[in-house]
Parts: sequence; C-alpha cells; structure tokens
Amino acid sequence: MHSENKAEMQNPTSARRKQNGAHSGSQNDGVQPVLSVKSLSKNFGGLRALNDVDMHIMPGEIVALIGPNGAGKTTFFNCVTGIYLPTEGEVWAGRQGEPHKQLNNISPHHITSFGLARTFQNIRLFSSMTVLENVMVGRHCRTKSNVLGAIFRNPASRNEEQETVDRAYALLEEVGLQDLWQESASNLPYGAQRRLEIARALATDPFLLFLDEPAAGMNPQETVELKKLVLRLRDKLGISILLIEHDMGMVMSLSDRIYVMEYGSRIAYGKPEDIRNNPQVIRAYLGESDDA
Amino acid sequence: MFLSAKRLFRSLMVSLWFMCLVFPIMGIKIVKKVAVYSFDSVFYLGIGIFFASLAWAWYFEVYLQGGMEKDGKKSLFAPVGQCWKKITTKIEDTPSAGKYTLLILLVVFSILPFVSSMYQTTIFALAFLYVMLALGLNIVVGIAGQLVLGYAAFYAIGAYTYALLNQYLGFGFWICLPIAGFVTVIAGFVLAFPVLKLRGDYLAIVTLGFGEIVRLLITNFSDFTGGAKGVSNIPRPSFFGMELSPNMNTIYVYYLALFAALITIVVVARLKDSRVGMALQALKDDEIASEAMGIDLRKTKLAAFALGSCWAGFAGVLFAARNSFISPASFTFMDSVMILSMVVLGGMGSITGVALAALILALMPEYLRAFSEYRMLIFGLVMVLMMIFRPQGMIPPSKRKYYPSALFGKKGSGKNDSAQKFSANTIAHGNSLNESTEGEKHA
Ligand SMILES: Nc1ncnc2c1ncn2[C@@H]1O[C@H](COP(=O)(O)OP(=O)(O)OP(=O)(O)O)[C@@H](O)[C@H]1O
Ligand SMILES: [Mg+2]
Repeated sequence: MHSENKAEMQNPTSARRKQNGAHSGSQNDGVQPVLSVKSLSKNFGGLRALNDVDMHIMPGEIVALIGPNGAGKTTFFNCVTGIYLPTEGEVWAGRQGEPHKQLNNISPHHITSFGLARTFQNIRLFSSMTVLENVMVGRHCRTKSNVLGAIFRNPASRNEEQETVDRAYALLEEVGLQDLWQESASNLPYGAQRRLEIARALATDPFLLFLDEPAAGMNPQETVELKKLVLRLRDKLGISILLIEHDMGMVMSLSDRIYVMEYGSRIAYGKPEDIRNNPQVIRAYLGESDDA
Repeated sequence: MFLSAKRLFRSLMVSLWFMCLVFPIMGIKIVKKVAVYSFDSVFYLGIGIFFASLAWAWYFEVYLQGGMEKDGKKSLFAPVGQCWKKITTKIEDTPSAGKYTLLILLVVFSILPFVSSMYQTTIFALAFLYVMLALGLNIVVGIAGQLVLGYAAFYAIGAYTYALLNQYLGFGFWICLPIAGFVTVIAGFVLAFPVLKLRGDYLAIVTLGFGEIVRLLITNFSDFTGGAKGVSNIPRPSFFGMELSPNMNTIYVYYLALFAALITIVVVARLKDSRVGMALQALKDDEIASEAMGIDLRKTKLAAFALGSCWAGFAGVLFAARNSFISPASFTFMDSVMILSMVVLGGMGSITGVALAALILALMPEYLRAFSEYRMLIFGLVMVLMMIFRPQGMIPPSKRKYYPSALFGKKGSGKNDSAQKFSANTIAHGNSLNESTEGEKHA
C-alpha cells in the first residue's frame, strides 16, 4: 500500500487488478487466487494490531509473511482462521476452480473444514494424547462416526476409524515422525512437536496451510528438513502455503513472494530479491540508520 | 542423617503450631458454664504430631530421592522406598490389572445375593448406582475436562421423573427409564447452553448453582413434588408384569443395578475410545487447538453434557425404585462432591479406576460405621494424601492401542500378521524408540 515499489510491477497479478472481483473469478489471466484478503483491520481496544492489510495467495504458491516482533503477523493468521473477529475487511477463500466463500464471521471449525489449516506459534498440541492420536484428531472434520457408531462399533465406524489411523500414520511418515507414533505428544523434542503440528494440520485436508514460525526452535538440520517438507507439500499435494518466519535464509530460499508487515501495516510485498533490497524493509528490520 | 537438627526443629514448629490450632477445640471444655482447661491431651497430641511430622519429612526424602541421603549415602530406609517405587511402577505398567480386578469383582457380584444377607444386597445395589453416576460424571469431568459441581441435580431429576410420573400418571418403571434418560439429557442441554463459553472456576460455580437450584425447586414446589417430605410409595420394578415378593424384588433390583452398571462401563469405555471421545479429550487439552482442528466446540460441549447427564437419569430411576422413597435430602451438594471425588480418586478419564473408586467410596461408609464420626475426616485425609502422592488418581486412564496398516498389514490378510502383531505388542509395552531391537529380542 505504502510502497508502490517495483516488486509490484513484476508481479503478474498485481494487487490493483485483484481488487475488482478476486472472488468472482473474473480474473484477466484466468487464475484465481485461493485466498484474497482485503483491507483487513483488527483493533484491540486502542491498539490497531492490523491496519488495512491486503493479501492474495495464488494456487500452489508459497508466500512468506515477515516483519519485526509485534508487527501483527500472528494476529493476521488469527483473523483469517476465525480465532479473532476482524474489525474491518474481507477474507475470501476457495479451492482452485471452486466458488469462493467469505470467511468473516464464520467459526474456526467451519473454516478448517472448508480447507484452511494452521499451526500455532506457541505450540498447541493435545498433550495428554499420543503422537498418532494428535493427528487423528485432525481427521475429525473429515469423518462422520457418531455416538451410536461409537457404542455399537458397526463396520462403517470401525472402517472409518482404521482409515483414520492409517491416514494419520501416513502423515506421520510424511513429516518423519513415524517411529514416535506411540509416544506421548508432550514428550517430543521441540522440533518434532512443530512437525507434529504440521502433520495434524495436514490431516484436515487443507488447500491452504498457515504455518506460524515453523522453524522456531529447530536446529539447522531440522530446518533443512522442514524446507524440504514444505516444498514437498506444495509439489505433491498442491497445497498453497503462507508462512510466518524469522529465519531469513529459509524465507528467501523458499518463498515465491513475501509480504512484509510493520506496526500492523503492510509495508512491502514482492519477490524475495526485491524485498531483500527494499530500503523500507531494511529500515523496518534494522531501524532508522543510513549506513544500514 | 535421619535426625538432622533442621528436621527436628521443623517438626517441633509443626507440632507447636498444631497444638495452638487444636487448643480451642480440644483444650477447653465448657462444664456448667465454666471453662475447664485440659493441657495434657493437647500436649499428647503435640507429641504425636511431632513424630508424625518427622516420619512425613523422612518419607518425602525416601520417596523423592529414591532413598538416597543428601551426601550420597544410602539411608536406612532405602529398601522401603525402592520397594514402594517398584510396586507403584508395577501397577502402572500393567494396565490390565484394573480390568482383571473388575472381572473378578463381577464374578463375586453375580453370586453375592445368594451368599449374603438382604442388607448387603441393598447396599451393593446402591454402590452400583454410584458406579453409574461416577462414570457419567467421568465423561464430563474426566474425559471432556468440564468441571461440573452440581451433578446430583441430574440424579434428582431422574429420580423425580420416575416418582412424579408414577404418582400422577401411573407410569411404570420400564416406561420411565427411557423417559428419565431423555429428560436428564434435556436438563443437560439446559445447563450446557448458558455455560458454553465458561471454563474452569466459572463453570464450576454455575454448575454448583444449577445443582442448588434444582434441589431448592424440588423442595419448594411442595404441592407438586412433596417438598422436603419427599415422595413415598414408589413402586419397585415389575418382573415381566409380575409383582415380586419384597425379598425377591431386592435381589431383582440388585441385578438390574449390576446390569446397568455393566452397560455403563461398556458404553462409556467405547465412547472414550471413539471419534466422539477423542473430540472430548481434545476439548480438555486445548480448546483453541481443537477448534482449529475442525471440532465444533458448541456441539462437543453439548454432547459432553448430554452424554454425561443421561447416566444420572437412569441411576435416579433405579434409586427411586430401590428406595421406594425419595426426598431432596438425597441429592445435596455433598452428593455431588462425593461423586466428583470418585472421579478424581479413581483417575480422571479412567474407566476402571473410576468404577473401582466408586465402589470403594460408596461401600466404605457402610462398613466403617464404627468410625462414622470420623468419616469426613478420613475422607479428607485420603483426598489430601491422594493429591500429594498420586494426583493422577488410583488408575490412570488406559491408552487405546491402534494398529496402523502400514505396520500391521491389513486385517486378516495372512498368517504373517500374527508374527508382526506379536512384535508390535512388545513395542507397545516397551520403548517405542527401539522398536526393531525389542522385536528381535522376543523373536
Ligand atoms: N489478544 C490480544 N489482545 C490484545 N493485544 C494483542 C492480542 N494479540 C496480539 N496483540 C497485540 O497485537 C500486536 C501484534 O501481535 P502479534 O502477535 O500479531 O505479533 P507478531 O507479528 O506475531 O509478533 P511475533 O513475531 O513476536 O510473533 C502486538 O502489539 C500484541 O501485543
Ligand atoms: Mg507471532
């Protein structure tokens, strides 16, 4: 918004064009974004944690959201996934080729079953459950077995449960946690807990995955693995990914586009190489200094 | 050293403090409006407390440090501590221990009416009702983590549903049983709706209020409910349309209660291990995460309250039929607390643990009549000790075993299966980290 920098020019689907009818599918280039957020704002009392933020994510894109601490990145996630109610603005999303849906005022579990999944910055695993069970919970919105099925254990609900177990185990293999499947989730090392959160989010069959600082607390080796995992998710499953990350190496090498936030506002967006050289971004990270 | 100066001084202080505390109660007696002081009894108590506190401090060191003194020497009591540790871990490592206990109990219970007195039979029938109640509350508190303090209200609603339907409309036991279940489920919804957004302490307070409201309503609507005098002459259940002799009927009710308790155990156990049960557990662990995983908080909480309250309804009908007389005095806050204690002592979320705790707590007062004055004291002491030494309850909830096809093959796909399953079972008991070595060892 503030910076009409050259990054915007290079982007084939610029924000201006997006704004008229991102959700109606009347795109000039024919490809519709899976997520389009329009002037999203969130006030906490007097604090404006989000200020007129626009964003769109194209199918199969890996987009990074960066910014200094307290910039409002997590708040953005929370507003889009329904945990917070945005003060103003619109959130539209939909699978590729399907009609889009406005996600404001929809409760989080509906948003999840619609196909948006997330992980948490401060890990929120189900600590009394095993690793496998954590992922199984993620299947909840895709399974149907009810109380009667639970009591009578009819073939349908037993099959469904076995499918859930198999699916959960396959996801654990995907993130490399299969050997720990019987372990209690709270006993996992930090990096493994983050991967488990990703597996749990994947269990909900999302088309759009939000990762809040997935590499925090990981060692370099684990970060490399995580990078591979994110790419695999995009390439194999075609999931679009939005990630918040402070590890610049990871952000720069992984993302197709980057959005930068500061004090609740979007200060820049574009390709990694442009963001790297953007004076405003540099100032936001390093403070007001000419020799930065 | 066992008798270090610091430890002695601490015990001395504890005993002095205790003496001050009990002095007004034990040291002063009012005889004919004159205070008579008796210091010696307080003094003896102080000495007792002194030694008890010494033993207490010592025990903690044994328990926490595995019997090692601070300077690395093995203390005199190390074997005791280690032995105790061994026993507790042994119990923890055999999750089937509780199940076997229940099975043996089942055999004993099924022949009990023929080998013991009528009095025993009625007492045990009541204990089975408590098993139902405790397991019902276990769904709400133990599995779903919603602290409900007014559970006796549902029990009362069930009992009064039968009593009043019978009194005014002449409905029999077997018709009232499902009706009462339905009515308590509705009551569960009524309570759940306003508390959907509440958690922890606030939920506890509102549910406590609910319990009191129900009890006071029953007491004060005396024209309709009989008020504090209660409802009497409630018929006992008929046996395929036949009236039984009083003794036979007692036995009949006994078996009904036993059967109902069994059904409760099976159903609650199955619920816990299901998709619905998993959603309830997720709710207990983290509400925000479960919402983000696609679990409908509203629906799940309502389900928890409904599933939990219906058992109290069934138990209430059986209670009314067993007693043939009910009054609000049977459904006080103390009863709610008692049921909650069964859940906490047994182990939140554990089926076997809660069932056993319910049996123990329901039967204890009957068999410890001699100590009835100290009942609450003993009870409180047991609670405090449990919370210190075994906060997870008598038997922690057992973990369900899963069989991913990737490890175990498709069900019934061949003989290879059994070998694989065997190694997998050893994994389940051992450390999952070294799966292969474990499996090979046993092969
Ligand atoms: N629930 C809340 N109530 C009040 N203020 C909040 C709340 N959540 C976030 N904030 C405030 O909003 C601002 C943005 O917070 P947010 O957590 O989104 O930052 P962030 O960009 O994720 O930072 P970090 O990199 O440290 O995670 C902060 O000033 C924070 O204090
Ligand atoms: Mg954050």
